[in-house]
Amino acid sequence: MFYREAGDFKTSYAEDNQTFPIAFDRYRYYFVLFVGLAIVPFVINDYWANAILLPFLIYAIAAIGLNILTGYCGQVSLGTGGFMAVGAYTSYKLMTAFPWMDMVTITILSGVMTAMVGVMFGLPSLRIKGFYLAVATLAAQFFLVWMFNKVPWFFNYSASGQISAPERFLFGQAITGPNAEAWVKYLFCFAFVFVLAWIARNLTRGSVGRQWMAIRDMDIAAEIIGVNPLKAKLTAFAVSSFYVGIAGSLLFTVFLGAVEVGASYGIQRSFLILFMIIIGGLGSIFGSFAGAAFMVILPVALRNFFAGTLGWDPALATHFEFVIVGALIMFFLIVEPHGLARLWALLKEKLRLWPFPH
Amino acid sequence: MKKLATFALAGMMAAGPALAELVIPDLHYRTGAYAAGGIPFSDGYQDYFNLLNQRDGGIGGEMIRIVSCETAYDTERGVECYESTKGEGSLVYQPLSTGITYQLIPRATADGIPLHTMGYGRTSAANGDVFSHVFNYPANYWDAASVIINQLLEENGGSLEGKSIALLYHNSAYGREPIRTLETLAAQHGFSLTQIAVDHPGQEQGNQWLQIRRERPDYVVMWGWGVMNQVAVQEAINIRYPMENFIGNWWAGAEHDVAQAGEAAAGYRSLNMNRLGDMPVFDEIRQYVHEAGMAAGDGSNVGSVLYTRGMYAAMLAAEAIRTAQEIHGVAAITPEMMRDGMEALEITNARMEELGMPGIGPEFAVSCEDHGGTGMAIMQQWDGSQWVTLTDFVAPDDSVILPLVMEDSAQYAAENNISSQCSDS
Repeated sequence: MFYREAGDFKTSYAEDNQTFPIAFDRYRYYFVLFVGLAIVPFVINDYWANAILLPFLIYAIAAIGLNILTGYCGQVSLGTGGFMAVGAYTSYKLMTAFPWMDMVTITILSGVMTAMVGVMFGLPSLRIKGFYLAVATLAAQFFLVWMFNKVPWFFNYSASGQISAPERFLFGQAITGPNAEAWVKYLFCFAFVFVLAWIARNLTRGSVGRQWMAIRDMDIAAEIIGVNPLKAKLTAFAVSSFYVGIAGSLLFTVFLGAVEVGASYGIQRSFLILFMIIIGGLGSIFGSFAGAAFMVILPVALRNFFAGTLGWDPALATHFEFVIVGALIMFFLIVEPHGLARLWALLKEKLRLWPFPH
Repeated sequence: MKKLATFALAGMMAAGPALAELVIPDLHYRTGAYAAGGIPFSDGYQDYFNLLNQRDGGIGGEMIRIVSCETAYDTERGVECYESTKGEGSLVYQPLSTGITYQLIPRATADGIPLHTMGYGRTSAANGDVFSHVFNYPANYWDAASVIINQLLEENGGSLEGKSIALLYHNSAYGREPIRTLETLAAQHGFSLTQIAVDHPGQEQGNQWLQIRRERPDYVVMWGWGVMNQVAVQEAINIRYPMENFIGNWWAGAEHDVAQAGEAAAGYRSLNMNRLGDMPVFDEIRQYVHEAGMAAGDGSNVGSVLYTRGMYAAMLAAEAIRTAQEIHGVAAITPEMMRDGMEALEITNARMEELGMPGIGPEFAVSCEDHGGTGMAIMQQWDGSQWVTLTDFVAPDDSVILPLVMEDSAQYAAENNISSQCSDS
């Protein structure tokens, strides 16, 4: 009834091609932006920022990045954690070597550096596919973590091998370090998420995205119709790593503040982000957000419910959290193997017909 | 969302007993790869505070409320636990994880909440001039490394010239802490140091022990935690490494680390920062806490190495609360007052005797500059069925440790623009 194309007339090609062709979707999108920009920053506190919103925003960037590579271009990667570490260590080296550099530049340069490393590790994808590529990227994961552990130059020869982010300001507000306000950190990440998601959305529906999807669907056919696999695959690796690197950088500078590479960027991080895009939906920007939300918010919500509201023993609550999250993942994948994004699309289909389904 | 947050918070508050005013958060880990060490420590920590509640009606007439939060030894969850509990007036954090400690040092300092990282965390936090809210008394990692070397010096007639020592360490901030000290000591005493890293969680150590078997170092020193310890002890037995030359630090010397190997592990030595044995306080815990059905865990850990250490940590916190109450003359203290109490803390043998735990730790006094205590530790040995204390408290070589602490803390101060905390107050 509300959700329909009818009556929403497009008078130009630009309008016809917009991301949200249905008016209801468009308003919903503006509403989310409005809430995110005009309401959340005023009510946010440390707990909401550090436990839920910052990890959600940062993992959403990483999930979009991995989704570009795996969901759109069909190249399985298990090296996400390692690439995030590249972003984090680049940020650290830049922050300590050039104290005058502002955080936006540092974050973007970290992404660029990661993109270069990503392209390097993406080269094998020209020869190997599927599981074999997964193993090659797994090697990247272990190699990068090992390197950041082994070479003391990366952590400025600190005794513990940890890196910690010094305090940096943007427009007079502390953005990293312990004195940064929750709303500043939130807005900083929100801005990155907004711009990156916008770029990703438009990349994936443009000619580059079509090339990626052609490679994903059948690389030989794509080659025959004139898609250059070298260019398509390497751009996918570059763009994906750029996103992942920015996520890794933000995770370190804004969210955690101090990082140990093995604990924060280990293989479990790669799997977490892979799960996010599988649950959220491969080849969908919305799916990246949904997956990140699912994996970040659900455990926290369950923990607060069991240990907080019901007053259970925290250890028992943690065990149950594993059980329930695991069961829910299985449930969602059985009911809808294409992820939350597909459920969302089905819902929209139904809404379009509602309340007269015939 | 705000509403939801207050709702969740209200739920959390309703769960604890009402009218309690000294809030002690317990960031424990009873799940995950490191639970074997986390459970007894947390049991001891909580049981002691419960004992004070039951026996004395709290501290200075104020009841203690424990807020527990599960971290699973994971840094992100540790941060979440910190953020969710700090609003309740938490007095002191004891995360029992070096990784979480590194996260909390800047946050807790900014929030004005003291952090007690007993024998773990950032070693250079012993310099209170830089780290105003972090305390790591009674001892730290660099002390531990030095104590082990001092003990070996004594056994070898004062010289380790030409000896070889292998450091088997958990490949994390925790495990890497002693490297700098051991390198300095190696240069000073002329022994050669081999560093062998074990990755988290430490179940795979085949290659590492192959290397040890090939090189046959005179001593193996271990910085391990969790399942890594058990595996290392088993591997040492498998390659028939002489167990008395295999020495763990104080986080690698609990019953569960060696009990599985049992007799075969006899001879394995480790440090300990608290004395073991039957103390009167254990009977009181059994009487007031366990029989009242308030035991933190299943009650089976009383008297074990890590239970005793958790209880010792709780005692140090309780004594700091008492000191803070005396300084400020109020019973319901704030985290800032707690910090003052920790900085003025003095532990004497008479006091420990009075508390029913005679000689559990060394005597020490904390000051504004020195947040690290004496750094003394004892050496204990596994005899196949229990830990036997070998030595009295052995002192570290402060002439080596102090310059290293100063150097590292000065670097931190420069990176974070921290001015001297002690000179102006």
